[in-house]
Amino acid sequence: MYVLNSILFYFFSALAIASAILMVTRRNIVHAAVFLITTLLATAGIFLQLQAEFLFIVQVILYVGGIMVLFVFVIMLVNLDVSMRLVQFNRQWFVAGALALVLGAQVLFALWAGHTSLRLPAMQVDISPKNTEAVADALFSKYMLPFEIASILLLVAMIGAVVMAKRRV
Amino acid sequence: MIPVDHYLFLSLALFTIGVIGVLTRRNVIIMLMSIELILNAVNINLMAFSRMWGSVDGQVFAIFIITDAAAEAAVGLGIILAFFRNRETVLADEMDILKW
Amino acid sequence: MGHLIPQAILPYVLPVVYAVVIVMVLPLLAGYIVLMERKVMADMQARLGPMRVGPHGLLQPIADAVKLLLKEDIIPENADRLMFWLAPLVSVTMALLAYSALPIGPEFQIADLNIGLLFILAISSLGIYGIVLGGWASNSHYSLLGALRSAAQLVSYETAAGLGLVSVLLLAGSLSMKDIVQAQLDQGVWFIFSVPFGFFIYLVGSIAETNRAPFDLPEAESELVAGYMTEYSGFRWSLYFLAEYANMVIVAGIATTVFLGGWLRPLASFHEHFPGTSIEWPDAFPSLLTLGVAFYCLSLAPKQPVKIQKIVMLAVAILCFILSGALLGALFAPTGVMQGIHGAFWFMAKVFAYLYAFLWFRFTFPRYRFDQLMRLGWRFLIPLALVNVIGVGVAIVLRQQLGWGPVASLIPTTLATLGVAIWLAKDDAPAATVQTADGE
Repeated sequence: MYVLNSILFYFFSALAIASAILMVTRRNIVHAAVFLITTLLATAGIFLQLQAEFLFIVQVILYVGGIMVLFVFVIMLVNLDVSMRLVQFNRQWFVAGALALVLGAQVLFALWAGHTSLRLPAMQVDISPKNTEAVADALFSKYMLPFEIASILLLVAMIGAVVMAKRRV
Repeated sequence: MIPVDHYLFLSLALFTIGVIGVLTRRNVIIMLMSIELILNAVNINLMAFSRMWGSVDGQVFAIFIITDAAAEAAVGLGIILAFFRNRETVLADEMDILKW
Repeated sequence: MGHLIPQAILPYVLPVVYAVVIVMVLPLLAGYIVLMERKVMADMQARLGPMRVGPHGLLQPIADAVKLLLKEDIIPENADRLMFWLAPLVSVTMALLAYSALPIGPEFQIADLNIGLLFILAISSLGIYGIVLGGWASNSHYSLLGALRSAAQLVSYETAAGLGLVSVLLLAGSLSMKDIVQAQLDQGVWFIFSVPFGFFIYLVGSIAETNRAPFDLPEAESELVAGYMTEYSGFRWSLYFLAEYANMVIVAGIATTVFLGGWLRPLASFHEHFPGTSIEWPDAFPSLLTLGVAFYCLSLAPKQPVKIQKIVMLAVAILCFILSGALLGALFAPTGVMQGIHGAFWFMAKVFAYLYAFLWFRFTFPRYRFDQLMRLGWRFLIPLALVNVIGVGVAIVLRQQLGWGPVASLIPTTLATLGVAIWLAKDDAPAATVQTADGE
């Protein structure tokens, strides 16, 4: 059981990191979108490996099946042939990259300093209540107010996106 | 079991790659996609800790982050479409109308 | 089976075996559904359909498959090669992956997931990428437009179909496909009688999901020249084709499991026995039906013009006899085997009936224009589905607090939804009729 878990986790994390690196370096935007899709699917796989099947399916339906479809639509509606031939990285790429790596190194040091105190409990085979029921329980009792606010947020975003993408005739 | 810090290292790696993507690319659409990558890294972090403490609060928060990302992607892409119709460009360097 | 393979790896080996069987059987099945479509189309148009290849055209799919495999593989000049190669692969992979959660019998399932229904919906929404990337990679205006239109249609009707399923999920209480069929067994009636509007919404949504007429504007031959599939030929096209028909079987499978009782026979709670045995009356139906088909094939055999066709028809008749014998023999077998075989028979019969409805609609209704299609999805189906969900919530209160029965508690809901449907349809009627003056 542990071996299968490890194989799944390391496979999905290798896939996620490789796809992420490929995504930020592609010249062709459609290729970059496809690599982001693979990254998101690998992340969903990690959620599944953590025995959170509801989050796995939410990630696949919403992120990969919704948000990325939106991205791919916009990429295809915007004519990008010209911009694909220009320089892809901006003028401050070296400083920006160095700063990002320094930030990463700082967090890495902090994680490394405290890593002995983090232990996962053993994998349970039959969890009760199941993930969907547990999340639904919390979402509709304890987190009811954020849930309603999130629905209003989605309504506002929907109206905003429609208004902004309409052609002014 | 797989130690939690392995999940945190993965999350950190994705976060750093996302930050590099946002800061170094010219194309606004790829910057938006890198932001989605950052949000995903945070989600992995939340899920690992939710599993460690055995509570479902982390997963609920991850659901809210996914919802939020959807709203922000929709609005961001609407802005990009509107700007593209006006100025025919998606490169961040060339979006300099407000400069004097 | 358990003696041959050590117990530890059996849970890993059995699903792989089922998966291999499904991947091998499915292309053949898709081919025969195409033959069925051509025969049904011919029947509705007062002609005979394919009759040459094999007796009554029964070997036509094999001839088609051979032709497609031997065709030249053309790639457009400026096409994006990676995407061109990837797109049909994504379509077919997602179509085949969805079979892993579909239950054919009580124990005939590759994986009984807790989230089975949502899993199939998620895989269907991933299938959109095959269409969009295919249209993009073809480097052609018609393909891109067709792909974007098709994807927009799929996304809209996916929402509507999902909401139609939610109304049933409220009654079933679980996302696992096996539990949903079990809830229908406990309830005594199938969910189609409880929530008929849910079935209607899911029916319309699933026809649009699979790009079938009357919603097939993105791929109709007289419109955008077959849309996103224009530049694909030979084996790549056959992959798209396989994906489309596999998707049809998947949505039929979901509808069967959720609304039509899955593997339950029609009178599931009718337990009258044959005198002296433990066999129930309705269980004899499958073997009687296949026996009838076998006799029909026998009567057709002498009338075939060519000798080889006589032999093939006799072979089909013998096959049906064997099947009938197997179904009869299963009645005397232990309960697991009987449930499995008869469950599979009823499941496939219901899937066949649902697919027949698909074919019937294709050759009856004229095609929807794209704006009419989008209006139907967003302004009719989704509000209707939302009203239906609210109504089912009310029905659950009636059922649990006041103790009404499974069908009775849903009658107020159905009437309310019917009223809303009539109101919505009346509201859109002037804009939704076909503009005859424009020669549409």
